[in-house]
Amino acid sequence: MGKVIVVTSGKGGVGKTTSSAALGAALAQGGEKVVVVDFDVGLRNLDLVMGAERRVVYDIVNVIQGDAKLTQALIRDKRLETLYLLPASQTRDKDHLTPEGVEKVIAALKKSFDWVICDSPAGIERGATLAMRHADVAIVVTNPEVSSVRDSDRIIGLLDSKTLKAEAGERMEKHLLLTRYDPARAARGDMLKVDDVLEILSIPLLGIIPESMDVLRASNVGAPVTIADGSSAPSRAYFDAARRLKGEELEVTVPGNEKRGFFGKIFGRKAA
Amino acid sequence: MNDVLTQPRPIRLKGRSFLALALTPDLPIEDWLVRLDDLAARSAGFFLRRPVVLDLTNLAIDREQLRELVNQLNARNVRVMGIEGARPSILGPDLPPAMTDGRPAGDIETPVASEAAPKAKEEKAAVEAVEEEHEVVPVELPSVKVSPSLMVSEPVRSGQSIFYPDGDVTIVGSVASGAEIIAGGSIHVYGTLRGRALAGTMGNSTARIFCRKLEAELIAIDGYYKTAEDLEQDLHGQAVQIWLEGETIRTGTLG
Repeated sequence: MGKVIVVTSGKGGVGKTTSSAALGAALAQGGEKVVVVDFDVGLRNLDLVMGAERRVVYDIVNVIQGDAKLTQALIRDKRLETLYLLPASQTRDKDHLTPEGVEKVIAALKKSFDWVICDSPAGIERGATLAMRHADVAIVVTNPEVSSVRDSDRIIGLLDSKTLKAEAGERMEKHLLLTRYDPARAARGDMLKVDDVLEILSIPLLGIIPESMDVLRASNVGAPVTIADGSSAPSRAYFDAARRLKGEELEVTVPGNEKRGFFGKIFGRKAA
Repeated sequence: MNDVLTQPRPIRLKGRSFLALALTPDLPIEDWLVRLDDLAARSAGFFLRRPVVLDLTNLAIDREQLRELVNQLNARNVRVMGIEGARPSILGPDLPPAMTDGRPAGDIETPVASEAAPKAKEEKAAVEAVEEEHEVVPVELPSVKVSPSLMVSEPVRSGQSIFYPDGDVTIVGSVASGAEIIAGGSIHVYGTLRGRALAGTMGNSTARIFCRKLEAELIAIDGYYKTAEDLEQDLHGQAVQIWLEGETIRTGTLG
């Protein structure tokens, strides 16, 4: 049985889709079978970030409504043969996601994939709650900035109350993925520091992704950053995060790019 | 000219519970009204001075019928203070307001009939009512022998609300910005208090708030409150206790 991960944040624009694609591609490069599921029905983006927008025939709503089989809707990545995408519908809205339908799709995906990564829409409504409902593990994507941190805190509360795991009285495994982090700005006090965010959210740190042009460049060419340029700073941070997801214990660092000596500040902190 | 805004005395808001009669009419309404009249005939003034709530759960009724029902009840001197379990579409500004979260209490004794009258089971529940305090009324606190308390061993997240009117609340962890703790007694936070803490809300002026680190958005004791702006800046980030002296909120650092 595969593991179901929800990538969520509450706030929009913090990097959920980028992170879903990058982590999916990073895990798939290790040979594991990965599917990334876009739950943002009506505002789908994952197909673009993964460069599959011209190959979408069926989507998750078609599968839920019985118009297509799951295997027909799954799109295999051209560069990584163990990486798949289940796109969202762009023409429908989130009301077309039914709890029973989502449950069926996730159960089927769990059987044939090692990792099911659910890319949650922003917000705390239907789309977001359905994306997190069946998760085993949650990745909370947060920017080092107060409104993002507060929204993440709200989402953590929902993860602890509205998911199947929580309702069964179990503890949901939650990880913090700090994205768009700029150590120089944090040091100047223009940004929340890692410690501040961790203190407020009090969940273990999965990784720190530095703010980088590489992320934008990758999404413009339609490739997860971990495929577009595996040696870039954000890619290395995502690869490390993927290893931590698999249970490895790695020290969390902020990989630097050009100015490694300056940016590559080591954070003596253990993950998860 | 701005004398309203410059009033130094804040408005006091308090929660208050009342026991209300919940009437659960059934169809056809005419028959139900006959039974109600029968009950009223046995005890004149049974509904006088009692808060009455109409429970419409599972009752297929439209707006016109509801209006007629309320009028019929008014004609019998049964004043409906709120409606529970109705679809929002049938309510309106000319009807009593919707009420939710009523908690059942025991059945209320109906006047005994001499013969086998239709068993009136209409009265059953209690609802909570929140009322603005208009006058200074001495608050009757039930003399509690063992003060109950609530222990929360998780951080309280943004958007979460912990409501515990019965006694003290202890949080082992932090209270996030956008979260709130409402306690009848004192509030203890073994972590950072970033959200709102309202202690002594059921009229307990001896309640206090304690926290390891104060970054609160709002604190209140027995209806008197202070926002983050009104709190002394040098207390920010400190271990603090907050209590009430007369009508003044006092703060002091701990240890």
